[in-house]
Amino acid sequence: MIRGRVIKYGDDVDTDVIIPARYLKHGADPQVLREHAMEDLDPEFGEKVKERKIIVAGRNFGYGSSREQAPLALKYAGIEVVLAESFARIFFRNAINVGLPVMEVPGVSKVVEDDDEVEVNLLSGVVRVIGKGELKGTRIPDFLMEILEAGGLVPYLRRRFHAEDSPDTR
Amino acid sequence: MRTAVEKILARASGRDVSVGDIVEAEIDVYMTHDPMGALVEDALNEIGAEVKYPERVVAIQDHFVPAKDIESAVLSMRLREFHRRFNFGAYYEVGRGGICHVVMPEEGHVVPGDVVVGTDSHTPTSGALGAFAVGIGATEMAAAMALGKLWFKVPPTILIRGEGSFPPLVHAKDLILKVIANIGTDGAIYKVLEFDGPAVRELGMDERFVLTNMSVEAGAKTGFISPDEVTFRYLEGRASKPPRPEYSDKGSFEDELTFDVSSLEPLVAAPHSPANVRAAREVDEEVDQAFIGSCTGGRLSDLEAAVRILRGKRVSERVRLIVIPGSRRVYREALRMGLIDALVESGAAIGPPSCGPCLGAHLGVLGPNEVGISSSNRNFRGRMGHPDSRVYLASPSTVAASALTGRVTDPREVVS
Ligand code: SF4
Repeated sequence: MIRGRVIKYGDDVDTDVIIPARYLKHGADPQVLREHAMEDLDPEFGEKVKERKIIVAGRNFGYGSSREQAPLALKYAGIEVVLAESFARIFFRNAINVGLPVMEVPGVSKVVEDDDEVEVNLLSGVVRVIGKGELKGTRIPDFLMEILEAGGLVPYLRRRFHAEDSPDTR
Repeated sequence: MRTAVEKILARASGRDVSVGDIVEAEIDVYMTHDPMGALVEDALNEIGAEVKYPERVVAIQDHFVPAKDIESAVLSMRLREFHRRFNFGAYYEVGRGGICHVVMPEEGHVVPGDVVVGTDSHTPTSGALGAFAVGIGATEMAAAMALGKLWFKVPPTILIRGEGSFPPLVHAKDLILKVIANIGTDGAIYKVLEFDGPAVRELGMDERFVLTNMSVEAGAKTGFISPDEVTFRYLEGRASKPPRPEYSDKGSFEDELTFDVSSLEPLVAAPHSPANVRAAREVDEEVDQAFIGSCTGGRLSDLEAAVRILRGKRVSERVRLIVIPGSRRVYREALRMGLIDALVESGAAIGPPSCGPCLGAHLGVLGPNEVGISSSNRNFRGRMGHPDSRVYLASPSTVAASALTGRVTDPREVVS
């Protein structure tokens, strides 16, 4: 269960505003990503994220490049979940792979306002908007949920490779 | 009834598949480049795995090359060392390759029927050869390299039919901008855009790559063009493995949209979205920089189109024209044909084969409030430089015409 207040954005939040290409030369340096997340779209993001941990957005969140630094930047900045009407497909996969929960929630951008408080249950897909009622998100498929629960694709696979190597599971 | 992509994924996963199924498909080609290679190797190390089929990996130095500062030099070194450690099937050093999406088909790394993954969102470019090519993130690339396969949700396909014939000075870029404007930046999310029809068939490979490349700008998982004689002729002398062409059955598409290109005119995508499309002749704006290059504007036919507009004329005083051939092959051929000389004579700055200013990091970054016109594929806020700069996307002819006049210009106005 994730509960918190919302930072809200519109449609087509693209990867170039989530983390501009000028910072990619730093690889995936957490410090750099944390510092510059969302700066071209919302210079106050760094302040907002101190208090609010949930992003709500419109259609096509994460539009654009395949840079994994985009979901990483949000994760390192402290975002705990992104709820959107829809996601760009590479962003969606990357987010799960780096362990940032994301869920498609039809209607979310209409019901939820900036600074509202919401409670998200990833397992059931239910999003409770405090004082406003409930929304039903699209549950993340089970095998992706497993990756998310492992903390991302790397720990998930490390376990898998490790298990295959150890003699007692052969 | 199956689409070509369903058939490719069925072959690659060893079972019958239909739309919506989640399958594990064997990967034929893996592509990675300087901005992402280090992240892939880090993830691979953390997983504690090796590259299962290094001979299928193509590694290309293209984004921050030649290195522009110490950080990018380190990324470049990491890719080089990654290659040395595993001895990849192909590695392109600075100056010897070019932009990944230009090099991959050009050097014969992709054939029809292949499943291709790349750590770059424009990997679908190779779909113009009848391959299933998708962009993935670095961690997922590490997983795919370790396992030899990757999961995919089998996507539905929308058919885009191009009817009629392209008028002079109207390009594939104009068609795809029209398509994106029509269906929107999320019009094809999780779906394939397949292109067919007489207008598409009359295009050479250079222009076909623009269609599949920019499918991504409509949210598509990939773009696809079934192979024909043009494709097979292109593959001759390049491909080192036999093609496995697949074709979509009639009636297998989720939707079909028709565009008549005969009535198409030169278009631009205005700031800050590729879907913000209008006729070039209707835009009244001065430009500071014109860029001809990138994986949708740096091929030979693009440079030829530019020279047709620019030869013997001088670029406007107020404009910097930057031209970057997409690959070494394109560069050499352009030199041989005298295109580079003609461009330099008109006032162009020529850059080394690379992504150049396309992503706003190197070789022609826009300053505050500057306006660019570019043959590349993205004009998001801050994409080519300062967050307050503004970018118009257009065909190479339109970019060249705008470089001459110093404002966004329909190329038909400067050609008599
Ligand atoms: S030319 Fe631009 S769009 Fe193409 S691969 Fe390079 S940065 Fe990406």
